[in-house]
Amino acid sequence: MTAVSIPFMQTGTLVVGNRLLDDDDRSVQARADRPSSLTKGHRACQGCAEALAARWVMDTAVDATGGKLMVANATGCLEVFSTLYPESAWKPAWIHSLFANAASVATGLAAANAARGRSDIRVLAQGGDGGTVDIGMASVSGMFERNDDVLYVCYDNGGYMNTGVQRSGSTPPAARTATTPIAGTRPGAPFGQGKFMPRIAMAHEIPYVATATVADLRDLEAKVRTAMSIHGARYLHVLVPCPLGWGSASHQSIALSRAAVQSGTFPVFEARAGELTAVTKIRERVDVEEYLRPQQRFAHLFKPGGEDALARVRAAAEANIRRYGLLDDEPRSRVQRQAQEQEARR
Amino acid sequence: MREVLEGSQAVARTVARCRPDVVCAYPISPQTHIVEALARAARTGALGSCEYINVESEFAAMSVSIGSSAAGARTYTATASQGLLFMTEAVYNAAGLGLPIVMTIANRAIGSPINIWNDHSDSLALRDSGWLQLFAVDNQEAADLHVIAFAAGEELGIPVMVCMDGFILTHASDVVDVVEQADVDAFLPPYRPQQVLDVDHPTTIGTMAGPETFTETRYLQHKRFLDAAAVVQSWSDRFREAFGREAGGLVHTYLPGTLDRDRTAPPPGADDTVVVAMGSVVGTLQDTLTALGDEPVRLLGIGTYRPFPAQALREAVGAARRVVVIDRALELGVGGVLTGDVRHALAGTGIAVHSVVAGLGGRPITQEVLTDVVRRGIAGQLGDLDFCDLRADALEEMNA
Repeated sequence: MTAVSIPFMQTGTLVVGNRLLDDDDRSVQARADRPSSLTKGHRACQGCAEALAARWVMDTAVDATGGKLMVANATGCLEVFSTLYPESAWKPAWIHSLFANAASVATGLAAANAARGRSDIRVLAQGGDGGTVDIGMASVSGMFERNDDVLYVCYDNGGYMNTGVQRSGSTPPAARTATTPIAGTRPGAPFGQGKFMPRIAMAHEIPYVATATVADLRDLEAKVRTAMSIHGARYLHVLVPCPLGWGSASHQSIALSRAAVQSGTFPVFEARAGELTAVTKIRERVDVEEYLRPQQRFAHLFKPGGEDALARVRAAAEANIRRYGLLDDEPRSRVQRQAQEQEARR
Repeated sequence: MREVLEGSQAVARTVARCRPDVVCAYPISPQTHIVEALARAARTGALGSCEYINVESEFAAMSVSIGSSAAGARTYTATASQGLLFMTEAVYNAAGLGLPIVMTIANRAIGSPINIWNDHSDSLALRDSGWLQLFAVDNQEAADLHVIAFAAGEELGIPVMVCMDGFILTHASDVVDVVEQADVDAFLPPYRPQQVLDVDHPTTIGTMAGPETFTETRYLQHKRFLDAAAVVQSWSDRFREAFGREAGGLVHTYLPGTLDRDRTAPPPGADDTVVVAMGSVVGTLQDTLTALGDEPVRLLGIGTYRPFPAQALREAVGAARRVVVIDRALELGVGGVLTGDVRHALAGTGIAVHSVVAGLGGRPITQEVLTDVVRRGIAGQLGDLDFCDLRADALEEMNA
């Protein structure tokens, strides 16, 4: 990236609308001709990170394909809030079929394009964690193992939020949902259950797997762009806080995403052909409490009797940090880091 | 060219000549020979640029078909029995989205107990799914129906099941004249989707409809479905003109001793017993009636099960004394499934309708058994519901 040399890190690559960058280096969102693939007027909740992530993903994919994009969407919040007849918030060619089959429908779209020699048309499938890791698992896995030319994006809010916040296979341990209530001796979602889909995707040895959050939208954008530069099956897993399901304030979605990353709760990485190739290091480590406390679904962890569960959540984050190497070898303070970065620019 | 072919091979060759863009299937007996032949054809380049996709389930097979059809590709798949049930949610969805996918059903029983043999339980279980269901009496018709299915389905924007009796037709070798490529090219128009995903003209397909529009959506689907009978008949007529033989259509009367259609037969009179059947048993019934000689009994074959040709059936039944339905599917606690449709069609006519459930799970329906049924039918000895050929010894053993 050919950044103009300026002394404020706030105007570096992390900022959305950086008018100081060359056109080519700007975020799609910063450009006057941004696609606005998911337009205003949809019915997402205030603070819905899924809507934010989906717009960035879609705009980037539209931009990367020159608009030659077909989208298959699983049933779920994203589908419901965007396409209540006779309205649609989607600008790209978009189809919704069922809850469990977005990946298969996408395979069909890609097959139709291939059969008619339209290799210029690309296909994206998307769904929530329920539609991906649970009911859609077979379809997603089938698409992966065939290495179909599809980018599948999972927006993971850790539960069935559309149906009223029930537990999914991606609900984190201890989290309160309507089907893992705060009751009994082990409140919330059970420990020792659940699955992390990116690793399952990696086990398929598909060309590209990545995770991202809405706390670093330029990173999300870069990963979509990378994914669209590759053919074959690709998987992008985006953590998307859900104010309704998490019991968090609508203005906290970005902060919670950042805390998830900085606490080690949610590892951000890239993998190619099953091998980990890049990891986003923790810049400023925070304790899991910073991630958990603002969420009502974890409120019981901070009441008497919640200590053990809190410790287990913390241990899981530490395990992530070890497994993915999320910390620099020599942790730096913010001041040290800024000084080093400024030095590097000179 | 007339040649001896297995039913599945005849179907596969005919489907190939309809030039599908995408074929996607999951193996299940007794449909496998069809998709195996198509996989080989695709691999050898005989299907041109057609994509053949192996998937992890029938649910995926129908879902991939939904995607490819929605993107404007002529799409084919095949299944049976448990496979059809496993893809059921997507089967309904394809119809709701108006995607003219063609699917061969190698009709087979549904478990439990698991049973791979023929009856009509599978496709009849999906009678409300919004798909046309065309039934073949023999291998020639099974093959030919696929040409009609693509033509009618694509004109209507309605998916089509071509139903052929598993094993009895799929695995039986018979003399078949497979349609020639040039003839199919001249007959079958290119697929012009009524609604398609197009990156140059983006649309949203598959929106949510609330209480304020859902009934209207279903009403229009129903209207279109009713209109489909005339379209199916029209393509059947055009097929006869183009290929010089009969296939498809609604309700059939046959010339004595053959399965050739009799278009001029007067409707049955007040002394006649009418036997109604669907699928390959029609052929056995025709042999049975021929052997019976000059009895007051007539045979009607149902060619299109969905939409149910109620009007055509009423006309074909005329003023008959009674109707006997040879039913290959059982609605537990109710009776024969086809019988329900026949009774509904004949409501108010006062004609007695007798249901004979026969040939479940591959039990052979022999001429001997049918002779007894038809004789009892003529004599007025059948009840509302009879089970053909029930084995007393097996019942005793299982009840013990």
